[in-house]
Amino acid sequence: MIDERRLLSVLQKGLPLVSHPYESIANDINSTEDEVINYIQLMQGKGDIKRFGLVVRHRKLGYKSNAMVVWDIPEQRVDALGQCFGQFDFVTLSYRRPRHLPDWPYNLFCMIHGQDREDVKRNLELMIKSCDVNGVNHELLFSTRCFKQRGAIYINPDNENDNSKKVAV
Amino acid sequence: MALDQLNDHGSFHKTELTQKLLNEYQHNFPVTSTPYADIGKRLGVDEQAIIELLKDLDEKSILSRVGPVFRPNRIGVSTLAAMAVPEHKLEAIANIISSYSAVNHNYEREHHFNLWFVVTAENKLLLDSTLEDMEVKTDIRIMSLPMEKDYHIDLGFPLKLINGGRSHD
Repeated sequence: MIDERRLLSVLQKGLPLVSHPYESIANDINSTEDEVINYIQLMQGKGDIKRFGLVVRHRKLGYKSNAMVVWDIPEQRVDALGQCFGQFDFVTLSYRRPRHLPDWPYNLFCMIHGQDREDVKRNLELMIKSCDVNGVNHELLFSTRCFKQRGAIYINPDNENDNSKKVAV
Repeated sequence: MALDQLNDHGSFHKTELTQKLLNEYQHNFPVTSTPYADIGKRLGVDEQAIIELLKDLDEKSILSRVGPVFRPNRIGVSTLAAMAVPEHKLEAIANIISSYSAVNHNYEREHHFNLWFVVTAENKLLLDSTLEDMEVKTDIRIMSLPMEKDYHIDLGFPLKLINGGRSHD
């Protein structure tokens, strides 16, 4: 038995940079290296882990400009366009979200990256041309300051009382 | 920061190794007893060289972490939140928002809605109470835009050597 909640709570912070990182995690949560490895592989198999590896900060790698482009897409086209936009390697996210009328008419959100603003704008033009969305209402929101960026902490370890799940592996 | 600036000692080999590491291990990171040794084997260096390189990337804030990117809403819930903050209050409000452990990304964007952040929690109840708490503390309304459909999530980022990878000694 492995305590899923404790494992995820440690895993979300990243692997330690030591020779046997999974063993080190296992020691922290009273488990074994095999159990930790098996559980991660299980989550990968189920698609609960989308990817496993180095998570880098784009800004530090020369992709200094990032923008959120938001689109007001008719319902019957939103799935096809969400997928079309997701194909570009400079698009890191493509999500449908609810509109908030009247303030916010947009329902499709993409994060796009570039080496500078002009690069981002060129990338946007490419999306518009390739996915045939000329004339669709959209806005480009450049980010100007990053106040905080780190991995998501879903599980607050101080919150031990609720939702504790034991899962057999 | 361009990649070539990573290279304190002007060693081309180290730049090349860094590029390979970043390109090849944003996914498919080994889930084995000794992952760093396994990577080293493939890239032709020893375990210690890989660990040192990762520590170096971590110190330079290029590496956020080594670990999983979870499928949205698999191990918790999250939402994209936006606020329209008067310019003179922006920094103070942003700092309040960043102080929540439930917040991972927090950006200023060029728009009437100028503060954008992601809030995560273990469940919907905790998420809603965090959003409420934020509204009370900042006295600003939050527009919450939870993901409805995921067309594409960051599956790693293609790394190009900026400036052609020349080293500056």
